[in-house]
Amino acid sequence: MSYITKSPWIIHYDGSSCNGCDIEVLACLTPMYDVERFGIINTGNPKHADVFLVTGSVNEQNKNVVKQIYEQMPEPKVVVAVGICANNGGIFKECYNIQGGVDTVIPVDCYVPGCAARPEAIIDGVVKGLGILAEKREKLRQEQLAAKSGAKAAPQAMPVLDDPAEAKEEEA
Amino acid sequence: MSTILFLIGFPLLVAIVLLVLKQDSARDILVKLAAAVIAVVSIVFVAMNVQEGERFFDIPAAGTIGTVMMVIEVCLALVIIVLGVQKKRYLAPILSIIQTPLMIWFELKEGHHIEVENAMYIDRLGMIMVLIVGIVGSLIAVFATGYMKDFQAHQKGKDRRPWFFFLIFLFLAAMFGLVMSNNLIWMYFFWEITSLVSFFMIGYNGLFHKEEEEDKIATRNAFRALVMNLGGGLGFAIGIVLLGTNFETLELSNMILLGQMGQPVFIVAMFLAFAGITKSAQMPFNSWLLGAMVAPTPVSALLHSSTMVKAGVFLILKLAPVLSGNLAGTMVYLVGGITFLMASFAAISQSNAKRVLAYSTVANLGLIVTCGGIGTPAAVWAGTLLLIFHAITKSLLFLCVGTAEHHIGSRDIEDMDGLFDRMPKLAACMLIGIAGMFLAPFGMLISKWATMVTFVDAGNPLLILIICFGSAATAFYWSKWMGKLAAIVANRENIEKTVHAAESFVHITLTALVVLVCICFPFISKTMIVPYLAGATAFGQSIDTLPLANSNMMVMVIMVAVLVLLFAFFFGRTKKRIVPIYMAGVNEGDNLTFEDAMFQPKPMALRNWYMESYFGEFKMNVIGVVTTSVVILGFIGMVVGALIGYGGM
Amino acid sequence: MAKMIICVVAYLILAPVIGGLLAGIDRKISARMQGRVGPSILQPFYDVLKLLEKEKITVNRVQDFYIFCFFLFVIVTGCMFFAGQSLLMVMFTLTLASVFLIVAAFSSNSPYAQVGAEREMLQMMAYEPMVLIACVGFYMYTGSFDVYDIMATPHMPVVYLCGIFVGFIFILTIKFRKAPFDLSMSHHAHQELVGGLKTEFSGSTLAMVEAAHWYENVFLLGMVFLFFSNGEISGIIVGLVVCLAAYFLEILIGNSFARMKWQVALNSSWLVALILGGCNLFALIFIG
Repeated sequence: MSYITKSPWIIHYDGSSCNGCDIEVLACLTPMYDVERFGIINTGNPKHADVFLVTGSVNEQNKNVVKQIYEQMPEPKVVVAVGICANNGGIFKECYNIQGGVDTVIPVDCYVPGCAARPEAIIDGVVKGLGILAEKREKLRQEQLAAKSGAKAAPQAMPVLDDPAEAKEEEA
Repeated sequence: MSTILFLIGFPLLVAIVLLVLKQDSARDILVKLAAAVIAVVSIVFVAMNVQEGERFFDIPAAGTIGTVMMVIEVCLALVIIVLGVQKKRYLAPILSIIQTPLMIWFELKEGHHIEVENAMYIDRLGMIMVLIVGIVGSLIAVFATGYMKDFQAHQKGKDRRPWFFFLIFLFLAAMFGLVMSNNLIWMYFFWEITSLVSFFMIGYNGLFHKEEEEDKIATRNAFRALVMNLGGGLGFAIGIVLLGTNFETLELSNMILLGQMGQPVFIVAMFLAFAGITKSAQMPFNSWLLGAMVAPTPVSALLHSSTMVKAGVFLILKLAPVLSGNLAGTMVYLVGGITFLMASFAAISQSNAKRVLAYSTVANLGLIVTCGGIGTPAAVWAGTLLLIFHAITKSLLFLCVGTAEHHIGSRDIEDMDGLFDRMPKLAACMLIGIAGMFLAPFGMLISKWATMVTFVDAGNPLLILIICFGSAATAFYWSKWMGKLAAIVANRENIEKTVHAAESFVHITLTALVVLVCICFPFISKTMIVPYLAGATAFGQSIDTLPLANSNMMVMVIMVAVLVLLFAFFFGRTKKRIVPIYMAGVNEGDNLTFEDAMFQPKPMALRNWYMESYFGEFKMNVIGVVTTSVVILGFIGMVVGALIGYGGM
Repeated sequence: MAKMIICVVAYLILAPVIGGLLAGIDRKISARMQGRVGPSILQPFYDVLKLLEKEKITVNRVQDFYIFCFFLFVIVTGCMFFAGQSLLMVMFTLTLASVFLIVAAFSSNSPYAQVGAEREMLQMMAYEPMVLIACVGFYMYTGSFDVYDIMATPHMPVVYLCGIFVGFIFILTIKFRKAPFDLSMSHHAHQELVGGLKTEFSGSTLAMVEAAHWYENVFLLGMVFLFFSNGEISGIIVGLVVCLAAYFLEILIGNSFARMKWQVALNSSWLVALILGGCNLFALIFIG
């Protein structure tokens, strides 16, 4: 049973946004939409966060920042790009000072379009992101278990002769 | 008895030899050998006598020794007068001119007929002091062999290290004499020698030079220390005169017995305690200790934190039975309490590491003095524990700061960035030392806990408030420093390789001692402190309940063991992935610089709080000095008035 | 002896449950005060369990060890308290735990963590006098520092320790990390220092900090309870009611105030300790 979907903590970063999407993100925390009832907390700190909410596009000044924040988040994590600017650059896509959407620097899991994206859409996007988060969590757990049993299999290789045969079967 | 004479005579002999020895290597060997001998003899002496507890020694040829002492005192007074006039500082000569003739007149006329049965004695409190002087003092002497090499390399003057080591061993001899004296005139003699040694040590940098500014500071501080200690000596002398003329005795043990029998010896105790107050740098006399920090660090460690200033509180603790519940005791505990509070506050605003340690020393001595002033057996128990733990832990801290200073080039706490990476062993010793000063389950905290209980039992709300607020301030300035030392800053070059072996050895030994004494303190309490309190030279009756229950003590010991094991097995081991710290996403990768708005790397620096507006040194000193001066003048005034009123009995 | 063991075991098992539920109730009531629905009261448990699932990262090799020591000694503090030991010993062990937390934050050399740690030290300095005066007050009234003795004294201590009680409730705001004195770290939309003290903690380390707070909160409410215990059922009932009321009061205060500057925190706490605590002590010595 994974608890990560019951307690998703968010870090919100404003790339080059006009703040429209940011205001909508903050609106989600207000009594009107109240995302805290889903256990969502806006932490300001990548080390505490599970969901990376990015608004605004990536430009020369913030591309390293976005990468750093993403790297300092512990697995499992998802990225939700909020607003059309974060998705692909929006109306500023051809501008000289904009690199593009968030996916030009980090892998994005969920795109929430809109200008500004509505709180309902943002919440919807985050919920979809949570689904992906649960999948990632499951995959991570499988990998950890495999790593543990893989580590255990090696010393046991000698006495139990069946294992190598079984492993070959799995591969086939 | 021969051991006593050995403990005094041997360091004296070594001192004289060191005065003429010019070669580095020979000096190193002699100092280390002598230190080992002194330490071993001290331990053996105590081990042999701790069962019996109290022993009185009738020294043969005591009269001749007394005359020799008198002659030496006159010579020392002449030295002070000459130096004072030469440097145009006249207060010291004036005090000398008042004191020495007073003592000579007393010894030759009034006191000449007083019989002194036992010139020296030793009880368990004295044994504790012998151990401290013998072990901690010797370790500091060993440390100094390494430290003074670097010190000399930084200096430009001629090599006066023979004089330095002469003074150190002379001091050790004087301290042994002081703690084992029963004849108060002899104790006074050793007391004045320690004052003079302190004077020469503080002035080591400048007394005999003429030019640079630094030398003037050293000279000024040296004279300030001398004047204040001479003032205390004057009080001591007055006390002796009063004791001799009114109670027909010169022996400390007799004085305490008379006090137990109800005689008003507290009048004498007041003046002797005054001497203790100046020697332990209590307010209003604390500025000499702060000023003494210009001396080389072994001096600060030996004289001004673990040994010489302990002589002052040692005397007050000894006098505790006759201070309990009277004017003298009230004066003493008020002075001690105010000093503790104000010095703890002042330490918060200091960034110079030695000044923090100095204020902390003054504050902790204030606690011991307050315990002595309260004067109940429980208070003396707490005070003795404080004395032991403080001597060991504070000397460790001073020595660590000394080594750090030579290698990072600064005494400022703010320059100790990343010390854990640059000098890991030193930082670890320092962290343990600081933890030992204020954290459970270490010794100073236990002593402070006991002190708190005795303050509460004494029923003075002022003292309770003082210790509550003072403890809060204490925790603040120590944890500030701990945090600074604990910071892990990557990519720092390890500069520990150039630390002298002597210095590292002493650091590690003292750190081990800190932990060891914490674990053994219930044993020390049972074998030395509790029997001392029950002895004839203290309270004469056994103490019913200790401030700390046995179960409490056991829990503390277990916690120390748990901490040691935890650190030994788990410190610094992790399998986790290391990531950079959060710097709002612009960390350059080294955790030290970040990228600013113009894409340029900017270094990050972190500084502690000093709260100058709240705890500024000047303000705290003014409040402390004024209040304690009022207290001292008031109480001494009352007693003098009463004496005159009764026609001097 | 058996009583001690039962109490300690009960504390070890029940305190995180009660503490977590209290934290959840805190968030629920705060949400309702703000006109929101709020999370379920089991949310803190979900948070901690989620944190335990996260990837294990850290910023240096010693930080998480310090936090483990913090966690351990908070539990030891609570166990000592519920095993009836000396109040002073309990408080000093809590200081040890707090210093471990502070040193952990300092060890990361992170700017946010360090400012948070400085503020945490300031908070410690602010509340310590009152806490120590409270222990002394209990001793003066009941003649013992030991918790079981204090619990068994026939009259409610709060009658003679009313000033100290009010002062203790005042500094409880600092200990529960509620506005206006939540200077060093805070959870939700209250941040000014990113995560403050706990900026560089992550995953299981953060979970330990959270759980330690639960243990600590239960212990603190135990202290409040101590003011009302008189060895009888009436004392127990009144004590529990007052504990819940005090907790609710802290939630109310937390939601009504904005964070204040550290000077306000230090000045007000020390003033309260000096006046309420000091006067109460004077009264105890010279009247009672």
